[in-house]
Amino acid sequence: MLSRAQTWWMILRIALQERLVYRGDFALGTLMRFLPIVTQIFLWMAVFAARQGDQLAGYSYRDFVAYYLLTMVARAFSSMPGLSSGIAAQIRSGEVKKFLIQPVDLLGFLLLGRVAHKLAYYTVATLPFALVFFLCRGFFPGWPSATALAAGVLSLVLCFLLGYFLEAALGLVGFWWLEVSSLLFVYMLFSFFLSGHMFPLDMLPQPWHTLVELTPLQYLAYFPAAVLLGKIEGWDLVRGLCIEAGWVLFFALLARVLWHYGTRHYSAYGG
Amino acid sequence: MSPRPDYFRVFLTFAGNSLVREMMFHVNFLIECVSSVTWTMMNLGFYLLIFHHTDSIGYQTGWGKWEFFAFLATTMLVNSIVQAFFMPNCEDISELIRTGGLDFALLKPIDTQFLISLEKIDWSSLANFAAGLVLLIASLIQMTTRAENPLTLHPLSLVLYVFYVLCGVAILYSLMIALSATSIWLGQNRSLYDFWFYITNFSRYPMEIYEGRLGTPLRWFCTYIVPVLIVVNVPAQIIARPISPDGSTSVWPLAGFTVIATAASLIASRWVFQASLRSYRSASS
Repeated sequence: MLSRAQTWWMILRIALQERLVYRGDFALGTLMRFLPIVTQIFLWMAVFAARQGDQLAGYSYRDFVAYYLLTMVARAFSSMPGLSSGIAAQIRSGEVKKFLIQPVDLLGFLLLGRVAHKLAYYTVATLPFALVFFLCRGFFPGWPSATALAAGVLSLVLCFLLGYFLEAALGLVGFWWLEVSSLLFVYMLFSFFLSGHMFPLDMLPQPWHTLVELTPLQYLAYFPAAVLLGKIEGWDLVRGLCIEAGWVLFFALLARVLWHYGTRHYSAYGG
Repeated sequence: MSPRPDYFRVFLTFAGNSLVREMMFHVNFLIECVSSVTWTMMNLGFYLLIFHHTDSIGYQTGWGKWEFFAFLATTMLVNSIVQAFFMPNCEDISELIRTGGLDFALLKPIDTQFLISLEKIDWSSLANFAAGLVLLIASLIQMTTRAENPLTLHPLSLVLYVFYVLCGVAILYSLMIALSATSIWLGQNRSLYDFWFYITNFSRYPMEIYEGRLGTPLRWFCTYIVPVLIVVNVPAQIIARPISPDGSTSVWPLAGFTVIATAASLIASRWVFQASLRSYRSASS
């Protein structure tokens, strides 16, 4: 048991050191990521100007800016660049064999890699994030309540896990398809527009709103941001968190099942 | 051997070769066409959602739904031309320098900038050009046939529109080639590409939205220093002409400036490109 914990600790430390090599590039890259939001904010400012300051789907202009900044935080938790394509590439090149031989579990190994990535990312990215949030402090309605803050942090952790297991499951489809880029394209397309980082999902008219509510995508960006803004409260909040946890469980199980059957289907390409 | 190569025929050969290459994998070609058009459709859905909640972009700017869709169509036309003809080549420049492949381009008896800017053509990007054209025609029909305040389209507007779309393409091309030429000095230019993406991001919306303490200097900067704002705005204003009710805005001073800016961008980028070639030290020898 202890030696097992030591193995995982070592994997985490190596991954963490790997990630901290390019910290300067990291910090600059993080600041650059806020640039596209600038145009979005001007766009919404113009929309609100045309509406003569009326609220839009329950959001004021300030709420919109705060919402965008908070979805950046959520996306920083839930985005998993290169995870699916990496898994599919390992399957294709035969590299995945090492997980079949060594007593290390692929899903656990990659999860620790991502945890290390996010930890490293946040140690470096906290400064640029704090700077932007400080400069934009006027747009926030104030600190979220203790409940909203706690629920927000919980939903962020869940959205990290959801992003991880969802994309890992997509990558594991590679056991059958070998090339998953077309599947990833469809996923990216929908998650780009329907996860809520382009606009608050409350803006959608019916029946689209209900349809989007039924997908797990909203938990990748919209839900944590809306919780931290205090837009979701009371029983809705409890229900949302439960559904989010349910989706995490669903995709964790799905990834396990895909791995289980995939390795039986696998025919070891490559050397 | 003729002293001066026939540039047009060389270009046609490039175009033909690229088409042959893409047609070898015609299913892949079709998928790429469909996927780029799908992105555009989703984007269109996003703006439909915005116009579900508002009548215009900005207070009394004149950018109503169909005016803005004509603007969006113009963005699609300009971007698809740049992506089809110049993007695949400029992406390769840093690779040419890293591997020393630029040596072969320099040895050929033809202008180097011409050769490495147009060698490959990504035909599938032109699917978005077709989509842009459909959207433009649809918006123009809507605007000319509406009961209230219909648009009268002068044939000259169409000619000027084509001219200013080409000006926009030339400005974006200049920016792109100048940025990728700097990879001769820097060795790698990945972040420069991000920079290019972010800066053209500003060109995608009507310039009227950049207002206020931060917006006005930004608009000024993106119009006169790095002229990305006029790329789409000028042709779109010429064709859709969203004149504010007080009639004060006129596109002509800006249109005049665009001609000068286009010429200046082309000359400046040519200069940057040639200056960077002079500092090229072949990697292979």
